[in-house]
Amino acid sequence: MNRMKSSLTTAVSAATALALIAGCSSSKSSDAGGSTSASASTASATTSASTAAISGTIVVLAASSLTESFTTLAKSFEAAHPGTTVKLSFAASSALATQITSGAPADVFASASTKNMTQVTSAGDASNPTNFASNTMEIAVPPSNPAKVTGLADLAKSSVKVALCQTQVPCGATAATVFKNANLTVKPVTLEPDVKSTLTKVELKEVDAGVVYVSDVKAAGSKVTGILIPADVNATTEYPIAALTKAPNPAGAAAFVALVLSAEGTAALAGDGFAKP
Amino acid sequence: MLPALVGFAFLLFPLVAMLWRAPWHDLFHLLAQSSALTALRLSLECATAAMLASIVLGVPLAWVLARMSFPGLRLLRALVTLPLVLPPVVGGVALLLALGRNGLLGRLLDQWFGITLPFTTQGVIVAETFVAMPFLIVAVEGALRSADAGLEEAAATLGASRLRTFTRVTLPLIGPSLAAGSVLAWARALGEFGATITFAGNFPGTTQTMPLLVYQTLETDPDQAVALSLVLLAVAIIVLAGLRDNWLHPGRNR
Repeated sequence: MNRMKSSLTTAVSAATALALIAGCSSSKSSDAGGSTSASASTASATTSASTAAISGTIVVLAASSLTESFTTLAKSFEAAHPGTTVKLSFAASSALATQITSGAPADVFASASTKNMTQVTSAGDASNPTNFASNTMEIAVPPSNPAKVTGLADLAKSSVKVALCQTQVPCGATAATVFKNANLTVKPVTLEPDVKSTLTKVELKEVDAGVVYVSDVKAAGSKVTGILIPADVNATTEYPIAALTKAPNPAGAAAFVALVLSAEGTAALAGDGFAKP
Repeated sequence: MLPALVGFAFLLFPLVAMLWRAPWHDLFHLLAQSSALTALRLSLECATAAMLASIVLGVPLAWVLARMSFPGLRLLRALVTLPLVLPPVVGGVALLLALGRNGLLGRLLDQWFGITLPFTTQGVIVAETFVAMPFLIVAVEGALRSADAGLEEAAATLGASRLRTFTRVTLPLIGPSLAAGSVLAWARALGEFGATITFAGNFPGTTQTMPLLVYQTLETDPDQAVALSLVLLAVAIIVLAGLRDNWLHPGRNR
């Protein structure tokens, strides 16, 4: 009897440990650059000219709203610099800023608000950020529009389920400014950790409306319908980018920042619905 | 010896670091903030409700797994314990697709009764029960298997009804394990994060439990995040201390 009980305990503890491991690995950002970075250094050794060669892995931490644009830009960066690998990690700018100031090894930070970039620069982890885009807010509703939302005022109704971002996240702070401008009090049913989570709750039709960026509505395609917010009450957030002071790959970091600021980068961002800074 | 020491340090050091960095001087002030108290109360209520739900649904299920025999029982047992190894966030996604407003069953609940679970406190309890109940089932099933079924049969032979046999014979036999399983399920529910934020969302007062508040305040007020974490650490230590006979040394007290 005792043996059975103890083997059961072992099984449970093993299961618990497994669950922990599963939880850990799923929280890490996608990581596929291990083997390619090794070949990259040999490739760069042969192609390196007099200037600092761009090689290896470049870790880019970017605001969730940049998911589509930066994925595209990373592919074109890797194509332009054979042998390099751009590792992207998307999360709320506030979460990324906390990671960077806690010492996360990364090369580039692209934030969805000046505030979170300032958090990083004032900690000495980056300097001279450059604004590369800006974004305004839009209401996203499921295509069927179950609550028949037609404008901002509908979001203040208690019958309308609204998802917003947490207030420390840029999309939450900017949405709060919009409501303040419109003199509305909106009580959301959930405060999501980043803009893509807010968008997902709309895509899954779990909420009647969400306030996200114009670029997110565009990225979601036919999965959501956008309802414009009048320009006189809408709010804007600026997107600064900077290479990090302790970047393990400074040459790669500078080159990636240059790509984002280039005509190609600006065109890609404009194509995804971002406005000029 | 050295790997053992490293292993010990690895498990303990992060907690020591948290104690070291804890804002002891204004701990009380940080925990007395209304956001912390609201989240703590919600956490305790939801974890307790999830524990009760786990007992009501889990004990009969454990009894079926331990006492009955039919084809597919082994598969059923494996499926029941699946949430133990499933990443909680996956559980949250699954719950959303099943019980969300647009989910398979959730759609009907909404149409027929106007009930929607996501973004409600009930949704938190559902998410926590999903993740915590297997802990209770495993503990109770183990106890039922090691309990002497002959005693139940004797009671039945002597004319006791099924219910009477269960309450007078079975329950006392499995009592300690049921208590241990309940506390373990309660503790698991209290710490639940992934399924909760995915299925029930995050809003102060309705769905923002302690772990969700820790996650949020780490970005805005790290001191408060550490203070809240200390509370959860203290609860975990109390639970472990209370369970040391029933869980850490199974069988010793039998």
